[in-house]
Amino acid sequence: MLKIIVCIKQVPDTAEVKLDPVTGTLIREGVPSIINPDDKAGLEAALRLKDSCGAHVTALSMGPPQAELALREALAMGADQAVLVTDRAFGGADTWATSSTLAAAIRKLGYDLIITGRQAIDGDTAQVGPQIAEHLGIANISYAEELTLIGDAVVVKRQYENRYHVLRAKLPCLITALSELNEPRYMTPGGIFEAFEQELSVFARADLDISDANIGLKGSPTRVVRSFTKQPKGKGQAVTLDPQESAQWLLERLEEKHILSSGK
Amino acid sequence: MDFELSRQHQMSRRLFREFAEQEVKPLAQEIDETERFPSETVEKLQRYGFLGIPFPKEYGGQGCDSLTYALCVEEISRVCATTGVIISGHVSLGAEPIKTFGTEYQKEKFLAPLAGGKALGAFGLTEPGAGTDAAGQQTKAVKNGDHYILNGTKIFITNAGHADIYVIFAMTDKSKGTRGISAFIVEKDFPGFSIGKKELKMGIRGSSTCELIFDNCPVPAENLLGSEGKGFGIAMKTLDGGRIGIAAQALGIAQGAFDETVAYVKERKQFGKPISAFQNTQFQLADLKARIEATRLLVYQAARAKDTKANYAVESSMAKLYAAETAMAVTTKCVQLYGGYGYTRDYPVERMMRDAKITELYEGTSEVQRMVIAGAILK
Amino acid sequence: MQNYKGVAVFAEQVNGKISGVVYELLGKGKELAAVLETDVTAILLGSNIGSLAEKLAAYGADCVVVIDDPALGDYMTEPYARALTEAVNTYMPEVLLYGATAIGRDLAPRVSARVQTGLTADCTGLEIQPETNNLLMTRPAFGGNIMATIVCSEHRPQMATVRPGVMQKLAPEPGRVCVVEALAVDGLSAAQNVEILEVVDKIAARMDILDAKVLVSGGRGMGGPENFAMLEELAGVLGGTISASRASVDAGWQPKDRQVGQTGKTVRPNLYIACGISGAIQHLAGMEESEIIVAINKDASAPIFEVADFGLVGDALKIVPLLTRQIRERTAGQ
Repeated sequence: MLKIIVCIKQVPDTAEVKLDPVTGTLIREGVPSIINPDDKAGLEAALRLKDSCGAHVTALSMGPPQAELALREALAMGADQAVLVTDRAFGGADTWATSSTLAAAIRKLGYDLIITGRQAIDGDTAQVGPQIAEHLGIANISYAEELTLIGDAVVVKRQYENRYHVLRAKLPCLITALSELNEPRYMTPGGIFEAFEQELSVFARADLDISDANIGLKGSPTRVVRSFTKQPKGKGQAVTLDPQESAQWLLERLEEKHILSSGK
Repeated sequence: MDFELSRQHQMSRRLFREFAEQEVKPLAQEIDETERFPSETVEKLQRYGFLGIPFPKEYGGQGCDSLTYALCVEEISRVCATTGVIISGHVSLGAEPIKTFGTEYQKEKFLAPLAGGKALGAFGLTEPGAGTDAAGQQTKAVKNGDHYILNGTKIFITNAGHADIYVIFAMTDKSKGTRGISAFIVEKDFPGFSIGKKELKMGIRGSSTCELIFDNCPVPAENLLGSEGKGFGIAMKTLDGGRIGIAAQALGIAQGAFDETVAYVKERKQFGKPISAFQNTQFQLADLKARIEATRLLVYQAARAKDTKANYAVESSMAKLYAAETAMAVTTKCVQLYGGYGYTRDYPVERMMRDAKITELYEGTSEVQRMVIAGAILK
Repeated sequence: MQNYKGVAVFAEQVNGKISGVVYELLGKGKELAAVLETDVTAILLGSNIGSLAEKLAAYGADCVVVIDDPALGDYMTEPYARALTEAVNTYMPEVLLYGATAIGRDLAPRVSARVQTGLTADCTGLEIQPETNNLLMTRPAFGGNIMATIVCSEHRPQMATVRPGVMQKLAPEPGRVCVVEALAVDGLSAAQNVEILEVVDKIAARMDILDAKVLVSGGRGMGGPENFAMLEELAGVLGGTISASRASVDAGWQPKDRQVGQTGKTVRPNLYIACGISGAIQHLAGMEESEIIVAINKDASAPIFEVADFGLVGDALKIVPLLTRQIRERTAGQ
């Protein structure tokens, strides 16, 4: 049977992230964790292939132990198996080390098709998918907005800025999914209860055949040296006038700035 | 004693909330204004198993407990009480008595489609002369060979006209009073069965509430639920469970109005500051919050009791009584906190206030709940 | 590591046209190269694209490396990754920049994994750290809520994809001389492991918001899609186009390609007029670099006023038509 691996990441719902107005730091407390939206579209794509032509779908996530919940959710949506890659040794990984670790887990599991989301909403890098494919030495197609399986190949509508390609790649290969790919299904209540009864596979450091040089902080070529909140641009002038006067006032300001003549 | 929801229940709540926000909330105002039954929502509820939550998997249900079901009704009612009662009417009143009292044949034929999302259920007990006094049934069922012939009229029937399967109560022996009542499973296309007048209501206006008319309607004897004369007990037991659904609905309405109001008072400015900065607002919110949480404990306790105790009538009556009165009190306060805007249809709290009122009336008025509770205290 | 020298830019082209972001990368590359006392190399991949070298020179490239091969016609990941890796191994730049485009964000990770170096995505700030000469790469994270500065100190090249619209390009200098070198890479056609079945070049009906000098942007406060017509009119008299906030895109009032913000596009027009936009942080992340920001909003406490050069507290639905009329009268009188 077609073996599909879907990589999912548990992320904070960034739409809910707020800044502390006093300290300017992120308030993470109470921010719900969700399956990254692009990854969820990837999972839905895999489940649709399972529904239409039969497949074994494995949800794979690397993260802290809490990421278990994202995997339970994947099971409740219909994934057959869930694997959590977790170990202190994997901590502090950048995209390079993350992708090499995930690639090692994927190699261990065996695969025909790998689907990842295009990018995670907390990091927005879009790097892990193509990097996994590189570590595995297989073809990848990024930015999939349509995906079909024809024989032993996938046919993908690959999005670019204002155009697209229709591409065909033989299995095995890796696809990165856009959230436009589909509307993910909901879990079912019964599926949730079954998901918590299912065994979750956990891969720790010792379970993966990979060099220490390629995991965790040590395997990460990049390092965050500083993080800070953006300084808003200084506040300008604001007026409260009637509409006619407002328009007049603005026009005068724009003329002072030579915007009206030079803007055209 | 554990007051935390399990992880399964927490994830279920998240599922119901997400579904409610994305699929139910966008329609809430429209179906209220146009008094339209949201068939498209029912189709989605069926697809995702929301109409089969507390039923066994072997009959196509989700195999979950009553608490999960209560969480579902609560979260859906938080954004739309109409959709909440459609679920409750189907699950607690339409399907539940067949699960509890049905024969194997009846479960396979009727519970399986109801729990599996293929059919919608309803329940017909109330009559023009038999409301709180359910014993005053006028609808008659007369046995004729392998059929019973039903004649009579039911009123205020939730899901009427959209349901496929109805559990109907009728007198098989008038002389025996409540012991002469029997329950029957009636399918929508039985000859002599028709849908009468549709009620125009104050709230839950998207739900269908109609008259059922039986005019020499033959019902196969194998559709008799339980045995002859057991109908009253079936009805009472069904309502014990149904009240948990309504309690959850009321809790959801209260929570929904509260959440809308909290967001509003932070935005709305008077005298140069958000009205949430005034102590009057703060104290009122504090009272409402405490009351809603107390309600929640009663509702969840009743849901638990249904799965663990043989008799949970008092728990469900207390939950329903308190939740309904909470819903009414909270929504009324919320409209007040909104000020004049709260009375307009630009904001959902006026709808929630209208919706809340029904929870004090149906499936036993608050007075009936007090009778049940007092009866147990003084027995 | 010391053998890696110079700043390189991946000169993305589509259908023989250099992507706009490449000029921005050259502008930034020049600045970095000046600090490092080195020069800027553009690496140009494609089929029959030799003539594009002049343009790259005009915008600041000191050297253009051209890999011209039939297998590099339409973009495909593997041949491009192989060719670029070859260029990296041959020329050994210490810095390699890509546009954070649909091509750059596919190619760069593949190359980074292959040459075993770090890659920082979607940068909005690049500078050289004085003591170490390391590249400091700054990028938004958590939906634009925080900024992180990242270094890649032990591996070369230091690679980054850079957000289009953020860096400044130089004024072109036609006829500027530069070195052009052709690099031949073997086995590119054999590396084509994906088949292109169809190429669809959609033509954008409206001006891309990234190219507009003036953007009139509408948010939830516009009340509905029908009111965007007045924004179109105002944009028309100002020679610009319209854009939208996430709220109005999510509501279906405007298509996704009009969206400004963290999950949309980052724009920096000369004039950005925000109408009925409250200014959620996600939105500010996409427009606060605009030259002049005007905000029109009923709510005087809306965060958009914090970044606005000129703020009008009032109803955009009333003010915008008057503004359009007054500008029309003024230009007619000239």
